[in-house]
Amino acid sequence: MENRVHIPAGHVLTVWASLLVLTAVTVTVAGLHLGSFSVFTAIAIAAVKASLVLLFFMRLKVEPVIFRVMLLAAAATITVIMALTFADVAFR
Amino acid sequence: MSAAVPAPHTHRDPEVSRIGMWLFLLTEMLLFAGCFLAYAVFRVRYSGDFHFAAQELNLSLGLVNTLVLLTSSLTMVLAIAAMEQGRAGRAAAWTGATIALGAVFLVVKGFEWAAKFRHGIYPNSPALAAAHTPGEQVFYGLYYTLTGLHALHVVIGMVVLAVMLVFVLRAARSAEGEGPGALADRLENAGLYWHLVDVIWIFLFPLFYLIS
Repeated sequence: MENRVHIPAGHVLTVWASLLVLTAVTVTVAGLHLGSFSVFTAIAIAAVKASLVLLFFMRLKVEPVIFRVMLLAAAATITVIMALTFADVAFR
Repeated sequence: MSAAVPAPHTHRDPEVSRIGMWLFLLTEMLLFAGCFLAYAVFRVRYSGDFHFAAQELNLSLGLVNTLVLLTSSLTMVLAIAAMEQGRAGRAAAWTGATIALGAVFLVVKGFEWAAKFRHGIYPNSPALAAAHTPGEQVFYGLYYTLTGLHALHVVIGMVVLAVMLVFVLRAARSAEGEGPGALADRLENAGLYWHLVDVIWIFLFPLFYLIS
C-alpha cells in the first residue's frame, strides 16, 4: 500500500467555499466595467480557481513531484504555442 | 484446492494508473487550449463585436451552472473520501449526487441553447448571417464549439461515473469483489476526469459570460 497524505474534509469545504467567493468576486468585478483591466482580472481569478481545483480537489498538492512536472510541461507547451501565435498575429 | 496452487496475485499500482490518467487529461487540456487560442486570436481581431455579442448571453444561467459544477466537484471529492474509508454506501450517494449535478448543468445549458435557437442564433443560421457582423458570427461559432465540446465532456463524465456507481453499489451490497482500496483508486481516476471538466468551465465562464 502506498502511504498518501490525505487532505482533511475541512480543507476541502474551505476550498469549495473559496471557489464560490471567487466566483462572486469575478462576477462583481466584471460588472464594474474596468475595460481591459477586467479581462486581466477575469483570467487571473479563473487561474486561481483552477489552481485550487488542481491542487486540492485533484490532489496535486499531495502527489509526488512528477505530477506537477508533467502539468508544468503541458502548461509550458501551451504558453509557447500561444506566444508564437501572437508573435505572428500581432505583427501582420 | 490443493495447497500447491499459489494464491492469485493481483498487481496494483495506483500511482502509475493516476499518472496515466493525468497524461490523458493533459491531452484534453491541449485540445481545449487550441480552442482557447482560436478564441484569443479572434477576440483581438473583433474585440468590439465580442464585447457586444457576450452581452446577449444569459449571465444568470452561466453563473448558476458555475455554482452547480463547482459543487459537483465537492461531491466528487466526498465520494472518493468515503470510498477510501470503506463506506461504499456513502460513496454511492455522493457519486449519485455528482451525476445529478452534472444532469442539472446539462438541463440549464439546454435551456440556454434553446433560447438562443429560438432567436435564430445557431451556427450558419440565416438570422445570424443577416443581422450580425462577422465578429459576432465568429463569437457564436466559438461559443457553440467550446460549450458543446465541454457539454460532451460532461456527458462522458456522467457515463464514466454511472459505471463507477454500479461498481460502488455492488461493493456496498456485498463484501465480495475487489477491495474498497482498489475501487477508491478507480473512483479517484474517474474523479480526476470530472474535475478537469470543472477546470475547463472555470475558464469558459469568464471568457464568454463576463467579458462584456
